[in-house]
Amino acid sequence: MDLRFTSAQERFRAEVRSWLEANAPSASRGTGPLPSLDTAEGFEAHRAWERVMYDAHWSVVSWPEEVGGRGVGLLEWLIFEEEYYRAGAPTRVGQNGIFLLAPTLFEFGTPEQKARYLPAMASGEEIWCQGWSEPDAGSDLAAIRSRATLAGGTWVLNGQKTWCSRGAFADWIFGLFRSDPEAERHRGLTYFLVPMDSPGVTVRPIAQLDGETGFAEVFFEDVEVPAAQVLGGVGEGWKVAMATAGSERGLSLRSPARYTEAAARLVELYRRQVEADPAGAARQADAVARAVIDAEAYRLQTYWTVTRVLDGGGVGPEASMNKLFWSETDLAIHSTALALLGEQAEMLSDDSRPPPWLDGFLFALAGPIYAGTNEIQRNVVAERVLGLPRA
Amino acid sequence: MHFAFDEDQLEFRAQLRAFAEKQCTPADIRAAWASPLGWSRPRWKALAEMGVTGITVPEEFGGMGLGLIDAVLLLEEAGRAGLPEPLLETVALGVPVLLDAPGPQGKALRARWLSSVADGGATIAVGTSSMPAVSGAVGAELFVVERDGELHAVPAAAVALTPRPALDGSRSLAQVDWEPSPATLVVSGFEAEEFLAALGDRAAMSTGAVLVGVADRLIAMAAQYAKERVQFGKPIGSFQAVKHHLADALVRVEFARPMVYRAAWSLTEGDRDASLHASMAKSMASDAATLAARTALQVHGAIGYTWEHDLQLWMKRAWALAAAWGDAATHRARVLELLLARPPRPVAP
Repeated sequence: MDLRFTSAQERFRAEVRSWLEANAPSASRGTGPLPSLDTAEGFEAHRAWERVMYDAHWSVVSWPEEVGGRGVGLLEWLIFEEEYYRAGAPTRVGQNGIFLLAPTLFEFGTPEQKARYLPAMASGEEIWCQGWSEPDAGSDLAAIRSRATLAGGTWVLNGQKTWCSRGAFADWIFGLFRSDPEAERHRGLTYFLVPMDSPGVTVRPIAQLDGETGFAEVFFEDVEVPAAQVLGGVGEGWKVAMATAGSERGLSLRSPARYTEAAARLVELYRRQVEADPAGAARQADAVARAVIDAEAYRLQTYWTVTRVLDGGGVGPEASMNKLFWSETDLAIHSTALALLGEQAEMLSDDSRPPPWLDGFLFALAGPIYAGTNEIQRNVVAERVLGLPRA
Repeated sequence: MHFAFDEDQLEFRAQLRAFAEKQCTPADIRAAWASPLGWSRPRWKALAEMGVTGITVPEEFGGMGLGLIDAVLLLEEAGRAGLPEPLLETVALGVPVLLDAPGPQGKALRARWLSSVADGGATIAVGTSSMPAVSGAVGAELFVVERDGELHAVPAAAVALTPRPALDGSRSLAQVDWEPSPATLVVSGFEAEEFLAALGDRAAMSTGAVLVGVADRLIAMAAQYAKERVQFGKPIGSFQAVKHHLADALVRVEFARPMVYRAAWSLTEGDRDASLHASMAKSMASDAATLAARTALQVHGAIGYTWEHDLQLWMKRAWALAAAWGDAATHRARVLELLLARPPRPVAP
């Protein structure tokens, strides 16, 4: 065991840090913060930032060079993430693509698909959203009813997807459709890659708790999709989707840096509150420590997992434990910050937006719901890690 | 960065697990708890033959000369096994103090005691004056004890023990009375403060390691019971109320574990944040074990509340060790104190 980074890794960290210091949008240089990515203007500003990163080969460091990355390892990716959050750089508008779809494409995509989709994803030229949930298929994902029928070598999609994050402005959607209505629930599903500007696609943006259109409903009416846009085999959609879900719950979507950075900010907020209102701060002291410790535990668990992966192991149902832990930790950090701020916490900024802690709290509230509710994760942990019988 | 144990470390754990499955059954634990000692000298001897008691003892004294990072998996395994012997007290607390003891006194202590620890002839109990009683005291040959900020090493013949039976029958708690003298003094003053701080960190990490093993066992027992116990015509483990309790407890244990391992590494390497890491580890391990005990009892229902059922052997360990060497809240307060002692860090808005 050795918990030190190598000197090469420390140099990598220094390189990331100095590039971000010089290039990340920042208030001090008048280049930031960017407008909310859930507005049309903010979405394009975030897309432009993705391009800046891509041009300097920082947008997807762990991908192979031929698809836009640097070919560095998972540890370097974690270092990049730590520096990215430390710099307060913008939320990744392409996250559904680069963190969720990409690992699935690397595993199941054909060489042609990888070459076609990955570079445009890495540059922000094509931003993806996820089309899984339906009005009657949320936690019970296998109940999806949107259909795919084959007509003369072309697939025709019909149905409705909902809660598609970034769906209001995204360019492409990856979605699950029922290609065999006769098959048992989990079989007969196929994973499709679909341009959002295809004829027959209608998008209805949905405003979230902060009033902005962070997600959307997407309607499909006789949308034609070539067979080359099936990811994995026909009828293999559930298996492919579960690989994406593993990325979503496990390693890639929520790197620990998000939480350790928020925890560091929480400590600084606490430090200020100790000066301003010692008695009030003291009442939150235990909660502050708890949140900081949990953020650190998530970081260590990630290094533990990454070491196992680098040694040739895999990530299994324990991804569900990660999801439970990061979502609860995120909420704990932000709830504690709001408690420290007290009656000041509810107030909006001059631009009528929630200020950072309140914004982070609203975002954290979604964590126990998306990527499979925490109740579903607890079932997965109980059944697949502890071996308890299914209901 | 390579956060994993090596094959030797894993193999040693496997050996201890195999040993405990045969030599430390619930019936064996009950027998130990019912005995005046609270533990078994023959089993301590057998652990010595495996090299377990001497893991931190230098090779020149017949030990393995390894560090806490090598001992941590054994401590965790001791918790999982419910091992009643004072392994933590001896290998993780007593031996490291003797290794650090300065001057001719330190040299004499090492010469006198370390080979006895390695060959299974002696155990060491360690305590401070703030404790109402010292664990592993009943049956110990050497006492490393603090009074008025000084650390003393006192052989069993020179102490008066008043046993203080506890809910956990293997605590072997006793009040320890002795007369301090120049002959017993190990360190005093500033040096003693450093010794005690290092002792506290090692104790927090090591107790955390045992707790993680205890918690793991409690959840395993409860999961097994939930598969077997049938109500409403189904195993109770098929009900979400039961599943969710167990999943939540398991998550807390799984995330406490790397914290304990990291603390063991930091203590072994002398990392400057070792105290922070030890407190983080103990706070998580104490809470994880307390939750595991509460959950395991609830899943078992009334049968788990009986003397007859073995669940009590691990629940009582969990409760005792969660409080020992600083409970979760105490260590959280220390974590915050240590973080605030750092210079303010500029953070992104």
